[in-house]
Amino acid sequence: MLELNKITKYYNPGTVNEMCLFNDFNLSVQNGEFVSVVGSNGSGKTSMLNILCGSIPIDKGSIHVQGSNITNMPEFKRQRKIGRVYQNPAMGTCPNMTILENMSLADNKGKAFNLGWGTNKKRIEYYRENLRSLGLGLEDKLDVPVGSLSGGQRQAMALLMVTMSPIEFLILDEHTAALDPKTAELIMELTDKVVKEKQLTTIMVTHNLRYAVEYGNRLLMMHQGEVIIDASGEEKKHLRIDDLLDKFNQISIECGN
Amino acid sequence: MLESILAVLETILVIFIGALEEGLVYAVMALGVYITYKILDFPDLSVDGTFPLGAAVTATLITKGVSPILTLLISFVIGAFAGMLTGIIHVKFKIRDLLAGIIMMTALYTINLRITGGKSNVPIFMQKTIFNNSFLNGMPEEVQPYLVSIVLFFIVLLMKLLLDLYLKTKSGYLLRAVGDNEMVVTALAKDKGITKIIGLIIANAYVALSGSVYAQKSGYFDIYTGTGTMVMGLASVVIGINLLKKVSFVKATSAVIVGSVIYKICVAIAIYFGLETSDLKLITAVLFFVILVASNDRKRRAKSNA
Repeated sequence: MLELNKITKYYNPGTVNEMCLFNDFNLSVQNGEFVSVVGSNGSGKTSMLNILCGSIPIDKGSIHVQGSNITNMPEFKRQRKIGRVYQNPAMGTCPNMTILENMSLADNKGKAFNLGWGTNKKRIEYYRENLRSLGLGLEDKLDVPVGSLSGGQRQAMALLMVTMSPIEFLILDEHTAALDPKTAELIMELTDKVVKEKQLTTIMVTHNLRYAVEYGNRLLMMHQGEVIIDASGEEKKHLRIDDLLDKFNQISIECGN
Repeated sequence: MLESILAVLETILVIFIGALEEGLVYAVMALGVYITYKILDFPDLSVDGTFPLGAAVTATLITKGVSPILTLLISFVIGAFAGMLTGIIHVKFKIRDLLAGIIMMTALYTINLRITGGKSNVPIFMQKTIFNNSFLNGMPEEVQPYLVSIVLFFIVLLMKLLLDLYLKTKSGYLLRAVGDNEMVVTALAKDKGITKIIGLIIANAYVALSGSVYAQKSGYFDIYTGTGTMVMGLASVVIGINLLKKVSFVKATSAVIVGSVIYKICVAIAIYFGLETSDLKLITAVLFFVILVASNDRKRRAKSNA
């Protein structure tokens, strides 16, 4: 279980631009849940993920994973159990290293990076199989630098890389937003497949309301650092895009837009 | 007629061998700069201090009668330590890369003088070195002019192969990853700071070893030998890699060594045609500027990382 307890987060504290994003923010995500998160820009979606992963510090509150307090654990240590895919496809891979080298790196997560050979030749066939499952023909390009792949191919690789090692949580930060509709669809299907296969607890931030409604078993809508819709189970199943749009409109009117 | 042609050829050969020797001496240093600049994307100025550090340690130890080969090893270790300090200054105290290097470079100037006991020049002409010992002096007369090059060649080859091997290990992969996209290193649950420190340790160990070789070859330590080391190393790296990037079977490490030799040949030619030794730094600066503009190296790199 993932828990954010009474999180308080200020941006630019002590300046004229001081802004309180979260004030006593609470969220708990049960194991096995696939949560889609929607909300307008600046509502705190990505900040929430950054707080979870330890990319930004918090001012008050605590973060617990499976009951243990990780509030002060540095970002890289949290990644042992967390896999994260970013909006920018370039963030998840090393552009000047080959596909094979990237896969070897990902495969070694959680183990020591010592003076053993970087690529285990016995694993190459396994990497090929994994790449083949993406259906992008990457299995024949093992020696190509990842930087020469398209955004969609790189994002598919990034997804594959973070889910290769045994993780418990998958964090998706608008991971289809920079892709064309068809590629986005493909990445979404791959995501759903891997989440079900590995039974990952997932939090997916998205601006695509259809994905938010279609995928996952819980939906959150955020606004100004608060959760304003939290639907799971049957309620989530009956939720439609129009319901979300109505809520968006309602918020906009309240804000005077 | 024939004699004059032969005389010219011999002059060229002497210049070439001189440049080759110089290039090979600095090649190990250039490999170190390759690690920081190309792999880590870290412009490490501390090499201006660690190169003379290796030379100072070596000259001082050799005058005390320490085995020349052992001084190579000691320089390597001390250079590694200095590299670690640069890394700690940058990573743990969050000081910008260039400034961390400048702090270390400035500190090392004094440290180097302390090592030599305050002397800014320590001659070791008459001492036993890796180039001047009973074994090499006992070699046949005909190979004598090439002995220095041969010894240097084996040192450079060994250091290059070691680096190539290291870059193929898991630790080497991680080092390449941290320069390429440090978020991947974080995603692998590894501390990117520690990885950078490891890179700086190896790089400065190489540079100090190069300084040790330099002192033994030239027969003295001079406090000013370090000035401009980094720019020289960068020039070698950029020349080598840009000239040979089309030749796919040449590894970047080999290209750097070739770059170092080519750089020294260019310098030798410039001096042959009447330029003063004191003009060298300006030539290096101009040459380096031209290469950087022509290749637009850093800009492209920054873009591909974005």
